[in-house]
Amino acid sequence: MARDTLTGSRIRERRIIAGMKQAELAKASGISPSYLNLIEHNRRRIGGKLLLEIARILEVEPALLSEGAEATLIQTLREAATGVSGSGAELDRVDEFAGRFPGWAGLLAAMQRRIAALEQAVDTLSDRVTHDPQLAASLHEMLSRVTAIRSAASILAEPGEISPEWQGRFHRNIYEDSGQLAETSRGLVAYLEAADAHSAAQATAPQEELDKVLEAENYAFPALDLGHASPEEMADRLGGDISATARTMLTEYLLRYAEDAAALPMRDLAPVLSETGPDPVSVAAALGQPVARTMRRIAALGTEASSGLGLAICDASGVLTCRQPVPVFPLPRFGSGCPLWPLYAALTRPGEPISARIVQPGRPPHPVRAFAIAEPIEPPRLDRPALCEATMLIVPGRDDDGGPALEVGVNCRICPREACPGRREPSILGHDVSAAF
Amino acid sequence: MSKRLLLIEDEPNIIEAISFILSRDGWHVASHSSGTTAMERLRAEPPDVVILDVMLPGRSGYEVLRDIRDDPSLAKIPVLMLTARGQTKDRELAERAGANLFMTKPFSNTEVLEAVRALVPAT
Repeated sequence: MARDTLTGSRIRERRIIAGMKQAELAKASGISPSYLNLIEHNRRRIGGKLLLEIARILEVEPALLSEGAEATLIQTLREAATGVSGSGAELDRVDEFAGRFPGWAGLLAAMQRRIAALEQAVDTLSDRVTHDPQLAASLHEMLSRVTAIRSAASILAEPGEISPEWQGRFHRNIYEDSGQLAETSRGLVAYLEAADAHSAAQATAPQEELDKVLEAENYAFPALDLGHASPEEMADRLGGDISATARTMLTEYLLRYAEDAAALPMRDLAPVLSETGPDPVSVAAALGQPVARTMRRIAALGTEASSGLGLAICDASGVLTCRQPVPVFPLPRFGSGCPLWPLYAALTRPGEPISARIVQPGRPPHPVRAFAIAEPIEPPRLDRPALCEATMLIVPGRDDDGGPALEVGVNCRICPREACPGRREPSILGHDVSAAF
Repeated sequence: MSKRLLLIEDEPNIIEAISFILSRDGWHVASHSSGTTAMERLRAEPPDVVILDVMLPGRSGYEVLRDIRDDPSLAKIPVLMLTARGQTKDRELAERAGANLFMTKPFSNTEVLEAVRALVPAT
């Protein structure tokens, strides 16, 4: 997605902050109010002199309007500022900061992400130490041996009556136990060394490694679409540096992608899509394909187009297994999303598609159209309901006049909607930004 | 008549060492190595004091201890719990299950002797 597609929204936001009417700004900058309206809704590109003029009238840096700060960057900065209590960061001027010092803001955001990744690594490692059954078993075995040796040794060393027969017995026990202790310690060291070799990979969650690879490829794999490579070859090529677990997940992902591509080639999809627009339910009906697959295909195509489409997939326990974000609708990096997403609503009514206009907190608000459906991922069975998977396609910038949008969030941690019934944990946002919309 | 002690522990060499030092101190020591059948053994020959390991084959020491406390004929028997982990969590679990004393491996012979003497004062 080009960086300047939101210039109009930023102008609108700044104008409202400046307390100016659309007509006033139009007049001051020498254009018609209707033209300004088109610009503000990102329907007309703006650049050069007009942008400089508007920036001058609004008394902001032109870069703040043209480059702006992407929603994710702002969000990460907010997270950084509120993660440290009493940081004194000027939260109300975060946009300005990101606009005026894009380099510093980017650096700060990158460091914030790094901190989050490291914190997760620490959690993973401490989990490993606390819950590792092999480690626990080895330590237990060693402590038992040491106890037996200590006990027998002190019987032999301390004063007190002991018959030669018992003496011989304890000598033998110490000999046996020390042999076992040596064996167990060697095993433990070997285990720790092996774990150490993989720790770099294990320290990050496999899902996160997968996300990184997919993001680098922009969630599209033309070689698979064209049948120029097999999913396995692709996984070998892309997954060189990732852990074995993440590699397995990547292979699974690519196998499914190839299967989707074979069942629903782009040449079939593209004409229908240009006719109906990115409405996966109509497209699926026209092509006789499952809705979820159609969504995955549209999302893969969407990254090629400049519009940019988002996709979220969760399993039956609500864990996000695929996150393809769009700038106006960020997805959480870790953990699950907002319980108000249609994605989760779909899980409660498998097979029924949902279409909703939703909006995340932010200034200015960017409503998106979301389509969601839950479909079974296994054949029906009698002993329990078949497992479902929910898929949500996010289409930004559509039907701006589609009435009020359902207010949702990213996840609770960074969501300002305090009174939400779906709230799971308090927000880290100190300010009630929701007052702005 | 010497006091009877039942040692419920699955490491033969620990059994041997503890049995030796306690016997030398005048205790009548019996041992049992399985968590599953520990209750039957306790009911058949109720001892004056029990040393109970947490990690037992079959059932954990905590479960055995809860059963002891739930059995009116055994409920009052003092129990010394042994564990290979000294975490607060284990100590809490042991206390909640009704242990009188708690000791982490590797302990010294003197510690065991003193603990057992403290649990069953000579009359």
